[in-house]
Amino acid sequence: MRKFFYAATMVLTICLTGSFAIASTPAEELAEFQQYYLDKFPDTPKEDFINGIYSIDAASRETFDAIEEFAPYEIDVAKGEEMYNKPFADGSGYANCFAEPGVRHLYPQFDSKSGKIVTLEGAINACRKAAGEKPLKYKKGAMTALTAYMAYESRGNIFDIKIPDDERALAQYNRGKRHWYQKRGQLNMACADCHLNNAGNYIRSERLSPALGHLTHFPVYRAKWGGLGTPHRRIAGCNEQVRAKAFKAQSDEYKALEYFLTYMSNGLEANGPATRK
Amino acid sequence: MKFGLINMVASIALIFGIAFSSTILAASPEQIAEGKKVALDRKKGNCLSCHAMADGVLPGNIGPPLVAMKARFPDISVLRAQIYDATAKNPRTIMPPFGKHGILSDKEIDLVTDFIHSL
Ligand code: HEC
Ligand code: HEC
Repeated sequence: MRKFFYAATMVLTICLTGSFAIASTPAEELAEFQQYYLDKFPDTPKEDFINGIYSIDAASRETFDAIEEFAPYEIDVAKGEEMYNKPFADGSGYANCFAEPGVRHLYPQFDSKSGKIVTLEGAINACRKAAGEKPLKYKKGAMTALTAYMAYESRGNIFDIKIPDDERALAQYNRGKRHWYQKRGQLNMACADCHLNNAGNYIRSERLSPALGHLTHFPVYRAKWGGLGTPHRRIAGCNEQVRAKAFKAQSDEYKALEYFLTYMSNGLEANGPATRK
Repeated sequence: MKFGLINMVASIALIFGIAFSSTILAASPEQIAEGKKVALDRKKGNCLSCHAMADGVLPGNIGPPLVAMKARFPDISVLRAQIYDATAKNPRTIMPPFGKHGILSDKEIDLVTDFIHSL
């Protein structure tokens, strides 16, 4: 009897806290998640959600298209290509670690050996470490030049993040999902409050983007940063907006969040790097 | 002398458990102006990020416009409670619990409440 009450309370709590409560497998949750945005923005074709806020905001779309024609990240892409092809001191190179530079759409991955999530940035530093090179910083700079090039080479490929039939992979997915739906910070807001329930609404003069397509185009060039940033740099900014303490770039928490959020954009095209306000 | 009288009336009302109406303790124009400052301050209430109200420019549209507040909140304590902790009424609301999370002090909540009630 007590067990029943416990279960009932759990179900109730989940119903109250998440919009996708009863769904069970990640695949079902993925379908539901994507359908929510397709219903909410019937004028936006599914493949266009990769353009973030510009996919739903005709007013700023023209400016965006104009900026992309002479994109401020082109110089980074060129720098990244040079870096990618320059051999390490031991004679090896990135080609020893990646089948090809255009692998952006395959990350993050669940690594069944370690049971951990491997992001593209993590894989790059693992590659460097194996060759005895110093690791690159995780938020901007050389790292984003390299990922800008790799993203550029991945353009047009379809995101296909895998959640293998492994309890540990599911645990990572659930950890990311929990972060996404959980209220946090002094202002008490969840990612979902802004990018799900209020996607398309204005917070002050800022229009909130749908989360579908949120991580297809990274690294992203922001005028505010005057340069490129990794997904974790952007997410940390959103955490801080609600006066929550940001996690470290490449922390297990953010890796899990990126795993969940990128999985939710499966089926969409890779289109990084991109510019955003 | 006058203040003493009002205080006495208020105390008597309290003692007898009568909810005193806002007319007895009507906020002064200065208090309302103070409250407006706190409400508009981006580091304090920042209410405009979600609500259209008064002469505030570039409001967001996440929450309902704050108009005709006396009609919607005849009891000012209900309004205060909404501002103090919006999650008490709706656990899933995006509106920050300004009092409960210490975003505003009790005094600031009072001032904002007076200002909002005047709209
Ligand atoms: C208070 C509202 C708010 C919350 C809460 C919030 N964000 Fe944001 N987020 C924004 C705004 C505003 C922007 C910039 C405009 C846009 O693209 O939506 C943004 C942008 C982003 C972007 C970049 C989108 C792009 O196209 O480049 C990502 C990714 C993102 N947020 C993820 C998150 C995640 C993950 C969380 C939770 C950890 C979160 N956000 C919480 C308001 C919020
Ligand atoms: C991040 C968004 C956000 C912010 C900031 C915010 N609110 Fe709200 N507010 C809402 C939403 C959404 C509602 C709708 C009720 C709900 O969600 O439960 C609401 C409801 C209200 C209501 C009830 C209105 C009614 O007619 O029932 C009042 C009063 C109110 N807010 C006052 C304020 C004041 C005063 C501030 C600033 C000190 C503020 N709000 C800041 C989002 C916000």
